[in-house]
Amino acid sequence: MTPLVASLLTSPIGVGHYLVVGAFLFTAGAVCMATKRNLLGVLMGVELVLTGANINFVAIGSPYLSENAVDLGLDGQLMALFVIVLAAAEAAVALAIALNFYNTIGSVDVDQASQLRG
Amino acid sequence: MIWHSFFFTLFAALACGFALAVVLTSNVVRMAFYLVLSLSATAGLYFLAGADFVGAMQLMIYVGGTLVLLIFGVMLTAQEEFIRMPTRLHEVALAGMVGLALLLLLSSAAMRIPAWRGPSEPLATTVETPHTVGPLALGLLGLRVDQTEGDAEAPRAGYLLAFEVVSIHLLVVLIGAAYLARGRVGMESLAIRPPAGDEEAEQPDEPSAAAETPA
Repeated sequence: MTPLVASLLTSPIGVGHYLVVGAFLFTAGAVCMATKRNLLGVLMGVELVLTGANINFVAIGSPYLSENAVDLGLDGQLMALFVIVLAAAEAAVALAIALNFYNTIGSVDVDQASQLRG
Repeated sequence: MIWHSFFFTLFAALACGFALAVVLTSNVVRMAFYLVLSLSATAGLYFLAGADFVGAMQLMIYVGGTLVLLIFGVMLTAQEEFIRMPTRLHEVALAGMVGLALLLLLSSAAMRIPAWRGPSEPLATTVETPHTVGPLALGLLGLRVDQTEGDAEAPRAGYLLAFEVVSIHLLVVLIGAAYLARGRVGMESLAIRPPAGDEEAEQPDEPSAAAETPA
């Protein structure tokens, strides 16, 4: 563990390091979505997944991390901006659905949402 | 020691640690707080990657808008029995195993590409500081000023149409969300309203709320 941290501090950061951080946030969000029983906890998992994808977009387009990323221009950052805006829209609709669910069922437990079960 | 690498390690550890805390805690209020810290650390990662405008938007829209919306949701539903909802242990173990396998797969795939392992010497001294705000705004308006010389015969596409679609999408979504999340007080009070009497005098705004809702 110590040589890994030492090599992180003494060698330049590449795209792969950012992708590992994005993969960690993605996995944490996916596990959060799968295990949380609170509806708002599931929404927080979705936010983590979107942020993990966003880190990948920014890292691949960054001119600081690899030699040939200058050719990519600002496409990665524009995609990241679109993802941020769509995440805001998603959160608004999902929160409205969550509040409607809470008003109807009287609970935020996702296990209670079984009225459509066949 | 390279300061870029040092700050990357710091912000990455903060982002990953608080994301792990979001997963591990079962208290929804603490989950929201850890998520705020994790996404703020992610904004630091964006700044380190040279995406200053995206980092600022991450702080302003994501942390300042979207997460505040989520925290409103937490506050509106924070009854006593919904604050702590622990997951069953075997579900946590199963999800942990699947998540660990996914993380190992993605990480090994990311570090296996040689071009992604990082430059041999730090690039931050050789690349000038990018000014991204103006080129990003012009790119959203359909004009690309960040083209390299090789793009002269095949110019890069702008994002005007996508920008308009996203704008209309956001407007429609916000109207729909406001319609979905409106209170049902008016309709219910219309259904169970007492025929007449002194209760209307106690709640003077209830008949107007009922009158706005179509019967």
